[in-house]
Amino acid sequence: MADTYDVIVIGGGPGGYVCAIRCAQLGLKTAVVERDRMGGICLNWGCIPTKALLRSSEIWHLMHRLGEFGFSADNFKFDIEKIVARSRAVSKQLSDGVSFLMKKHKITVIPGEAKLTGKGKLTVTKDGKTADYAAKNIVLATGARARTLPGLEPDGKLIWTYREAMIPPSFPKSLLVVGSGAIGIEFASFYRTLGAEVTVVEILDRVLPVEDEEISAFAAKAFTKQGMKIKVGTQVTELNRGADTVTCTLKDKAGKTEQVTVDRVILAMGIVGNVENFGFEAMGIKVEKTHVVAGKYGETGVDGYWAIGDLVGPPWLAHKAMHEGVIVAEKIAGVKGVHPLNTSNVPGCTYCWPQVASVGLTEAAAKATGKKIKVGKFPFIGNGKAIALGEAEGLVKTVFDADTGELLGAHMIGAEVTELIQGYVIAKSGELTDQELGHTIFPHPTLSEMMHEAVLAADGAALHI
Amino acid sequence: MSTEILMPALSPTMEEGKLAKWLVKEGDVVKSGTILAEIETDKATMEFEAVDEGKIGKILVPEGSEGVKVNAPIAVLLDEGEKLGDAPAAPSNTDIAGAMKDIKAAVKAEAESPKATPAATPAAATPKTDGARIFASPLARRIAGQKGLDLSAIAGTGPRGRVVKSDVENAKPGAAKPAAAAAPAAAGGAGIPGVAPLPDARLLYPVGSYVETPHDSMRKAIARRLTSAKALIPHYYLTVDCNLTALMAVRETLNAAAPKGKDKVPAYKLSVNDFIIKASAMALMKHPDVNASWTDTAILRHKDADVGVAVALDFGLITPIIFKAQDKGLVQISSEVKSLAGRAKEKKLKPNEYEGGGFSVSNLGMFGIKNFTAVINPPQSCILAVGAGEERAIIKDGKVEVATLMTVTMSCDHRVVDGATGAKFLQTFKQFIEEPASMLL
Repeated sequence: MADTYDVIVIGGGPGGYVCAIRCAQLGLKTAVVERDRMGGICLNWGCIPTKALLRSSEIWHLMHRLGEFGFSADNFKFDIEKIVARSRAVSKQLSDGVSFLMKKHKITVIPGEAKLTGKGKLTVTKDGKTADYAAKNIVLATGARARTLPGLEPDGKLIWTYREAMIPPSFPKSLLVVGSGAIGIEFASFYRTLGAEVTVVEILDRVLPVEDEEISAFAAKAFTKQGMKIKVGTQVTELNRGADTVTCTLKDKAGKTEQVTVDRVILAMGIVGNVENFGFEAMGIKVEKTHVVAGKYGETGVDGYWAIGDLVGPPWLAHKAMHEGVIVAEKIAGVKGVHPLNTSNVPGCTYCWPQVASVGLTEAAAKATGKKIKVGKFPFIGNGKAIALGEAEGLVKTVFDADTGELLGAHMIGAEVTELIQGYVIAKSGELTDQELGHTIFPHPTLSEMMHEAVLAADGAALHI
Repeated sequence: MSTEILMPALSPTMEEGKLAKWLVKEGDVVKSGTILAEIETDKATMEFEAVDEGKIGKILVPEGSEGVKVNAPIAVLLDEGEKLGDAPAAPSNTDIAGAMKDIKAAVKAEAESPKATPAATPAAATPKTDGARIFASPLARRIAGQKGLDLSAIAGTGPRGRVVKSDVENAKPGAAKPAAAAAPAAAGGAGIPGVAPLPDARLLYPVGSYVETPHDSMRKAIARRLTSAKALIPHYYLTVDCNLTALMAVRETLNAAAPKGKDKVPAYKLSVNDFIIKASAMALMKHPDVNASWTDTAILRHKDADVGVAVALDFGLITPIIFKAQDKGLVQISSEVKSLAGRAKEKKLKPNEYEGGGFSVSNLGMFGIKNFTAVINPPQSCILAVGAGEERAIIKDGKVEVATLMTVTMSCDHRVVDGATGAKFLQTFKQFIEEPASMLL
């Protein structure tokens, strides 16, 4: 007789484990199937370990500015093995933490590969052994993996995906990063700050292409100043592996080709959903463009099956997956008044240097809605705290509906903006308008004052510029 | 286990009401049938009886509170021997927190509600029509203000029923109350595309030059219903003169024949209006197309002639209904009208005495009004506006004669009643009035 649960979540990533915790809180008998480590890509191979790496590179950067702050030292160096070891330790600590949370909430963790076998039924295979399970509700949270293209396939040695890029056995002298989204740019920033020669190739016409154009341009300028080579409107047509180098053929829009030889290549061309080998389609679950098709509450259209996170599509962000996990758990438990996720209120953060954070519509997208808009901007150079920190490079930008005062979007680049963006997200979620934000008292001296000023600037009323 | 006592719906259309008076207090033991409170709706004050027995643990909504939504908790009923807080009043385990918060929110909202003071300045941004705080996001408030929508009329879908942007954007001008009755900033015509809201009258008069009377629920209902009726129903009007000479003679004969009681008071005294109700009912039976209601998908033709009679009150009006008037004699119609009108003035009518109906009669003849047009009283399709019966010169057989004439004007909903249909009805009505005996046929 198969073990029976109210809910089985397939995948222990941020969407899956959060969904399981919320289910358990609501009194449902819950299990999670995980084939690797709890916490999924985010904790083990994504958000968290890269933040640990970037912290090391940030310290390295500051060490080069010691004189500016009144210190002197020489002969300092870094050890890439120790940097990677710290990053792995951080991941392990958090993954263990998630395992503890599962225990605390009496959630069964089933290690192995899941496969749907019939209505409310699945098998889990581990080390050749297969066991049957049954659940009234099955939540698909199998996540996503790096996209590869013909000719642009990783080999794990010279041509990396994020996974290898996170645990370099030695520090490469030169790198080519394919793709300038958040993943590509964070690695580019990490390696460049530690001294590698970095070239970023982007097929679209600007780096960080989902961000506001002005922020994108600001970032490109900053990266170039740091010595990064940026090639936009360019694609990689061929990768030729040598003994310990890769020769890359690049083609720009005009059709002009050039060859670049680097130590390593990082592929960051987006992601594809993990939709294969789980038996989704045999259950009638619809799969389109490597993603499961789900409704606004995660419902798949097949009774008893739900889907969340990267598996259901963009934005591919852990916090979006977590929120969807909560929505699905509450729907299953019959909680009243569950609200669907509003994608225009999902913030996005990129932890390059300088950091980039945003929520809502870009200025161009806001204009395209046909609404009358007003835009406010405030530079870091006008902020006391930024200057005191020695971080005077950056910009905060707001986009409002001129008629209703609705905050349509907010875009920031500069030090610690990933910690600041939540203020605008709260404003958007609570539907505050320019007036409430304008009347809010921001503490002095903080970087957050720039957020206030950027609101006031939309009415030409910024105080410190 | 304690239970919540919820605001009752005293009629199918009731959405909210005023908790006019509590007849029990906290600690009182009640049983099924005990009158708990008086609830005032748009049109009437009704008694609210207990269904279950128990002890009143807590009164959540103080008396005098307006705009209490149907099904909102108004009190907590405890089992005997139980104390407040012993057991949460909760319908399901998943919603305990929500329910408790709702109770707290309700208590808090009441605590914060101003004591029925009208907005102090016209600039006040929040239309506190019902005294209770309306939970709405700042953005929703701003958009509602721009569109001239009354936030209190919009059901919120945000956290704990908060009104959010999408609610305001989805609110149809017809579905929401026009702000006329509420928001000072936009006094009417609001929310209809292309129609500018009327300015708040207060902006145009010096403060102190007028006496401000806050709307009661009847005034709000009149404003809301009649604004919708006039804006949404394509009205047209048919006028005809009726010769009352024969009717006056019949009336005199019948009234003279009324048996007198011990105190020499006649058993009945028929009015011209009683004849008009009877004639309307008889004509409706001959012309079922007029005795009808519009819906988006069908016309409803009513089988009985249920005739509403507009009754003026001290400050307002109401239209109680003589049901099956086609089957009733003049004496019965007369006594029912007296009873309904009397109780209407005391606000004692039950909703089933004034909701529905197929036709209405509004008579201003007693004020010497010669002719007027009335606003249709939905869901009915026609209303007959009756002027005064008066002696006028008429030409008969080429000679000038004196006769008692009465002018009536029927307002018709053109979606239901076409011109010729209405005219034929009036022709029949006129015939019944001018030859009252034909009603016997």
